[in-house]
Amino acid sequence: MELLNVHNLNVNFQLKQGDLAALIDISFSLKKGERIAFVGESGAGKSILGFSIVNLISKPGYIKSGSIKLHDNELSHLSNRQMRHIRGKRIAMIFQDPMMTLNPVLTIGEQMVEAILSHTDLRKKEAKNLAIEKLVQVHIASPENRFDQYPHELSGGMRQRVIIAIALLLTPDIIIADEPTTALDVTIQAEILELLKQICDDNNVALILISHDLGVVSRVAERTIVMYAGRIVEQGPTLEIINDPQHPYTQGLLNALPQMSLPGQRLNQISGSMPSLLDRPSGCAFHERCPYAMDKCKQGLPEFLFNGVSHVACFMVEDMLEDLNNDADSTYFDNELDEDLDTSLEIQPQTRGSK
Amino acid sequence: MKHINKEQVISTKSKHWIHLWHGFLSDKIAVLSLLIFTFYCLISLAAPLIAPFDVRDPSFMSLENSEIAPYWIDGDSRFLLGTDGQGRDLLSVILYGTRLSLTIGIFAVVIQGVLGICIGLIAGYFGGRLDNFLMRCADIQLSFSNMMVAIIVMALFQTVFGIASYQHLAMYILILVIGLAEWPLFARTVRASVLAEKQKEYIDAARIMGIGSGRIMFKHILPNTVSPLLVIFTIQIANAIIAEAALSFLGLGMPVTQPSLGSLISSGFSYMFSGAWWICVIPSITLIVLILVMNLLGDWLRDHLNPKVYKD
Amino acid sequence: MLHFLFRRVIQAIIVMVVISIISFLVQGRLGDPVQQMVGQSVSLEDRENLREELGLNDSLVDQYMRFAKNAIKGDLGVSYYYKEPALEVILRKVPATLELSFSAIVLIIVISIPCGVIAAIRPKSLLSKALMFFSSIGLSVPIFIIAIFLVYFFSVEWQIAPSFGRGETEVIFSFWETGFTSWDGLQHLFLPSLSLALALMPLFVRLIRSEMMEVLQSEYIKFAWAKGLSPMRIYFVHALKNTLLPIITVAGIQAGTLVAYTILTETIFQWPGMGFLFWDAISRVDTPLISAYLMVVGAMFVITNTLVDLIYGLVNPTVRLSSHGL
Repeated sequence: MELLNVHNLNVNFQLKQGDLAALIDISFSLKKGERIAFVGESGAGKSILGFSIVNLISKPGYIKSGSIKLHDNELSHLSNRQMRHIRGKRIAMIFQDPMMTLNPVLTIGEQMVEAILSHTDLRKKEAKNLAIEKLVQVHIASPENRFDQYPHELSGGMRQRVIIAIALLLTPDIIIADEPTTALDVTIQAEILELLKQICDDNNVALILISHDLGVVSRVAERTIVMYAGRIVEQGPTLEIINDPQHPYTQGLLNALPQMSLPGQRLNQISGSMPSLLDRPSGCAFHERCPYAMDKCKQGLPEFLFNGVSHVACFMVEDMLEDLNNDADSTYFDNELDEDLDTSLEIQPQTRGSK
Repeated sequence: MKHINKEQVISTKSKHWIHLWHGFLSDKIAVLSLLIFTFYCLISLAAPLIAPFDVRDPSFMSLENSEIAPYWIDGDSRFLLGTDGQGRDLLSVILYGTRLSLTIGIFAVVIQGVLGICIGLIAGYFGGRLDNFLMRCADIQLSFSNMMVAIIVMALFQTVFGIASYQHLAMYILILVIGLAEWPLFARTVRASVLAEKQKEYIDAARIMGIGSGRIMFKHILPNTVSPLLVIFTIQIANAIIAEAALSFLGLGMPVTQPSLGSLISSGFSYMFSGAWWICVIPSITLIVLILVMNLLGDWLRDHLNPKVYKD
Repeated sequence: MLHFLFRRVIQAIIVMVVISIISFLVQGRLGDPVQQMVGQSVSLEDRENLREELGLNDSLVDQYMRFAKNAIKGDLGVSYYYKEPALEVILRKVPATLELSFSAIVLIIVISIPCGVIAAIRPKSLLSKALMFFSSIGLSVPIFIIAIFLVYFFSVEWQIAPSFGRGETEVIFSFWETGFTSWDGLQHLFLPSLSLALALMPLFVRLIRSEMMEVLQSEYIKFAWAKGLSPMRIYFVHALKNTLLPIITVAGIQAGTLVAYTILTETIFQWPGMGFLFWDAISRVDTPLISAYLMVVGAMFVITNTLVDLIYGLVNPTVRLSSHGL
């Protein structure tokens, strides 16, 4: 049975300029203990997605339609009071910048204990023991001392560990980690990612990782969902997405990784930038930046197609699949597709060390 | 470095102000405030022309006319707003009083501004010990509150000069004292902007080109602090008018013979209990509305120019 | 912490020295003390002798050193009017002013914090809009006008509160004259403290609102929501504690305004405190009393500011760290 099931989720922002769609028809599901990742540039709507799952979208934003089911319980209709029992307890969150996430005027201990006390009937003493136990789990040295310290007395990596410990306090079903390593030093990034992965495995917690960095995603997630301008454009097993990206946007993201450029060469950026909510292009929103854009990309929306491994919404892929089907004898299309699409993809992703 | 066309810079700047002006016009409260403020300025300028009586005329004060209620109560068409305890036409004294209050307010803030901007520029631009010293002074002065400083200094002036000779100088001393009391607000804001601007490349470029520090400060840095200064300027005028009124109310400001709004309210206070409320209430309302529109304008400017005003 | 305290004390001493120089100049230079002491009938020679005796012919520095020495011993001169040591006259009035200020501060805290918080967490509600409207107007009404209107309505029109004096007082601990112990005293306290509070409240309501709104946007508040905490805990523990930091600084600055306002309030309500005394001293040109007032109020300022800094350090853990480090 699926743990989390999001179906046709639409999130809008009620602005002066009108009711603008931030997320359009988002559907995905998550199994118990599974790790999935949402990838896209900033502005793709992936953070909004994270917040809308726990119904914490900031003000002008609201869930317009669709359903979010946790264990078959609809979350989008819950009142704030009911939702509070989900937040922190069933679905925990980890934020981007550990420097900003902890309250500067409360001790680490206070911030851990309050979360336990608001969801359980434990006594203060027991709550403290539980908190310290979790601090140990995230490999924090001398947790008793740390417990009474203020956030500013801890380094960034240490704070992110504390935040992971807070997320883990009540052993939730799902942890949503929104760019958990972006604000950290590269050396600490790997540690934190490893910790996150291990902790999810050990506790059988499902993970929704939100990141702009395919390199980060490839280390942690089993499945990857690529978002562009509020829509899912491609989803499938992480390995497939990285080895054989179908959507031109995914290919662009991959090419933009520093590892994909030779030393001294310029990075292969995707030209242009993500459209804002205000001027989302017609048709496939990516067509303005897409090197393969066709006339129909500007008018119609491509449907999701399943090519056997991943789901893609792109007219070009659609056309190719049709061609292949017409050829009738070919079930393996990716080799041909590779040649047609992009030659720089010959560098194999294994070099990026998916540890 | 990217070459930026000078004309382009100017046009985007003026576009910003035009945009702001359009935003202003669409805000009814702001427009109304500006209209009222303009009205106050006009009647202050034209007070000698429009006042029904000449306040300097010795026959202006006549006790037989004292405590006449406003026209709409008493029906005496000579005195539209009634008369005060000394038989002066309230409308005339209020017109002159407003003129005085506004003059003192504006000139005091001009002094504050000049002093504060110079000190802020120097502190921010040269930095180091000088900056440290000046900012400590600002801290201490701020912690004493302008009102307190003004009250004490005015009290001292009054004791030094004796009440009789003090009265001739009252207006100038008030301007000076209120002006000197609140420079730190300007100084801090300017200093903060200078520190921010100093980091930017164009200041380095200007220095490398051999432009003198005075010129850099006034031609390059100061224009970038216009928005926060405009906000402080507006709000400080309101504060200066309040300070003047409070001092006059205490008998430390303008004398009864040459009343500002504060001294009018002060002398009207005792009539509150005898039933002649208008002597106190009408100048009070005049004062409150004046301060209110200044504050509303200041609020609007702060919200829309959105500068950080350094108060602490 | 020690280093921090040390710097604060040094600064406090410098400020006190500057104030004492001003008070010294007020006392010694304003008016002729001999004239004040002996009147017109004494011969020029006697006056000169008296000048010599009083040390008025010594150098300014010597005179100041003497003044400072006496000041440290608590001798700030003799009031011309009361014919008593000026410090004693002032200290007798201190309880009245402190009780007035204290009541006003309590009123400000009790009213402005909830108002500011409500205006911040429900910015669109009618109540918040009304609060903001009245605080806008309140900010523009000078304190003496507030006082006048309070007197007019409460004492003249409705006659429910007395408009002048302290009413019945009682001496406790043998030196403190308090109005808190009797109903009459409290009634007399009502209007003056309300005017003081109303004059400063709008500023705090607006400040708390804007600071709180900014804090509510922060990541750690979002994280607190994501932890599933109750709104009460988020607003009043997580947000308010952070909101109070900048408020404390402003409160320290406003302490000066509060003292200035006590002069106005006490004058209007004829409240027998230090402010009223000061106003009286000015109109009587009682220079020793004026200079003693400056010293006492200066000392109070310095103490309040140091206290505010200490409180800030207690609420803000980051300050504590930087002092640990030294």
